[in-house]
Amino acid sequence: MSLSKLLERIAQLLPVLLGVSVIVFVMMALTPGDPVQIMIGDQSITPEQEAELRRGLGLDRPMIERFFIFLGNAVQFDFGESFYHRRPVGDVIAERLPATIELSLVALIVALVTAIPLGVLAAIRKNSIFDRIATVGSLLGVSLPGFWFGILLLMLFAVHLHILPVSGRIGFDAEVRMVTGFLLIDTLLAGNLRAFGDALAHLILPAITLGLPMTAILMRVTRTSMLEVLRQDYVTFADAKGLSRRRVLFRHALKNALIPTVSVAAIETGSLLGGNMIVETVFGWPGLGRLVVESIFLRNYPLVQAAVLFYAVTYVLLNFIADLLYTVLNPRVKL
Amino acid sequence: MKDALLEVRGLRTVFETRAGRVCAVDGVDVEVRRGECLGIVGESGSGKSVTFSSVMGLVKSPGHIESGTVVFDGRDLRGLTPREMRAVRGRDIAMTMQDALTALNPALTVGEQIAEVLEAHDETLPARGAARRTAIRNTSVEMLGLVGIPSAETRLKQYPHEFSGGMRQRIMIAIALACRPKLLIADEPTTALDVTIQAQVLELISDIRARLGMSVALITHDLGVVAEHCDRVMVMYAGQVVEEGPTAEVIGAPKHPYTQGLLASIPRPGLRGQPIHPIEGQVPDLIGLPPQCRFYSRCAHRRDACLTPVEMRQAGPQRRARCILIGEDEA
Repeated sequence: MSLSKLLERIAQLLPVLLGVSVIVFVMMALTPGDPVQIMIGDQSITPEQEAELRRGLGLDRPMIERFFIFLGNAVQFDFGESFYHRRPVGDVIAERLPATIELSLVALIVALVTAIPLGVLAAIRKNSIFDRIATVGSLLGVSLPGFWFGILLLMLFAVHLHILPVSGRIGFDAEVRMVTGFLLIDTLLAGNLRAFGDALAHLILPAITLGLPMTAILMRVTRTSMLEVLRQDYVTFADAKGLSRRRVLFRHALKNALIPTVSVAAIETGSLLGGNMIVETVFGWPGLGRLVVESIFLRNYPLVQAAVLFYAVTYVLLNFIADLLYTVLNPRVKL
Repeated sequence: MKDALLEVRGLRTVFETRAGRVCAVDGVDVEVRRGECLGIVGESGSGKSVTFSSVMGLVKSPGHIESGTVVFDGRDLRGLTPREMRAVRGRDIAMTMQDALTALNPALTVGEQIAEVLEAHDETLPARGAARRTAIRNTSVEMLGLVGIPSAETRLKQYPHEFSGGMRQRIMIAIALACRPKLLIADEPTTALDVTIQAQVLELISDIRARLGMSVALITHDLGVVAEHCDRVMVMYAGQVVEEGPTAEVIGAPKHPYTQGLLASIPRPGLRGQPIHPIEGQVPDLIGLPPQCRFYSRCAHRRDACLTPVEMRQAGPQRRARCILIGEDEA
């Protein structure tokens, strides 16, 4: 990877971010509902007070002007104050981010750990009962809406069976000093195994709900590419060399079959961000997704804009990582 | 028969397809003697590759061996467990494929691909540790040297795509020969190569065969290659052997009309300006073949007697052919 290629990638990011900013800004402005009215609620205030409030938030200016002010500040990494929290948007997002990253990573791990073996097995036993069940299962996995599947899981494991908690990241009784913001790590750093178990128990259902569509997609990608690879001459040649079945399958076939899986996984990780909003809302997970949903309801423009920009950057970065991983796995490709 | 290394009798390999049962190999007998090079010629679909995939136990689904015996070096290969068969493959019988570009794994270095055959089969290696690694390395370098790849030490770390077509073919041969097999099955070793490289690769195989004293089964559709490199030749047509015998005799005086047709269709420098004589017609569809001579529809000598099954007939001390004309010649 040369420096010029890297710079090229970063340059490609700029128009994407500009486009995203425009779209979000316009969409928020066109959405019915006035943040000032929402803030006032039932309180009775004078029109002067209301105008003062509007001026304080910068909402008295025309939309075009507001957009350029936003853009000018954004390039200096200043995204303004959250209307609701009355604190810099960056701080509010940074506070919520670890919970979302932790959930997403665990969901990603769950997806990879289940999808790859299932996909390989379905390919090896093509057209078997297992393959058919897996195929139908993956179709379900992609089609089941997260809010519905999450609630089903909640009803079964939390409400009826009482084996997993209903919502949140950790029980109220647990005292954990935040160091990294990742509860699984912080509880271990504190040597508090009970709290670690509790945090893990809170993670299971949201992670499964969030990871389900990805598991389904990755399983199908792995199955398809494994079937494709198993037809290749180099697999026959590996068999002709008298290698063990395991070596032929994993060293020769899987290493090549994983190339598309890894690329898709990196890109699909971006779609976890969208899934987060629903899953975090269903499971009361105090992460960025839920914050964004709440902010949309409150017409908290600065926060929504900043969060969407953050999503866009993350998405582009993940695509970039997908390309990098592709070259690592496939020695024929050089970036 | 004496000094036979590989003896196949009555091999039938069928593929169950949606269109019907395809009998790709129908009652084939093959004998490869120790140290010899047997040429197997035939058009695409004549069953030459499937015959040898069957020998290796590598027929892929939906195909399977229906009947027949495969005796290699005194062992019945069809009676072996999959594990025992894996020990034979790569160690006693090795195979090279038509196109080395697709036969070498693009994601593994050449060194890894040689080393793993040695890992799997070579019992003379030290048990473990640095000594084992060094031994594997030395053998790998030696094998690449044997097939004529310069600066083998550094090239072991490279991937297949970093080599030229001829080099890749040599690497595949080096991998196949790493465990000094008794039999090398070379499936169309020159088809994917330039003419100049073809000769080099064939010379290499002949040369190594002489040095290691192994047998070679050379699958090809090029009679010129057979004439130059094979001791005996076996001609296949539509899943059956139609003629076999010492190369010089078969090419000098072919007995079967198909072999005659094949030889007549080769362009020759002496006949420049003359039209080439292709064999008229098409290979028959292998699904639902009637029990008659399979060359019937294309044969200039066909008669009613050809509509019954035709068996192989002795056509000389070491020659056999599947044609009803054979007995009449001598009569």
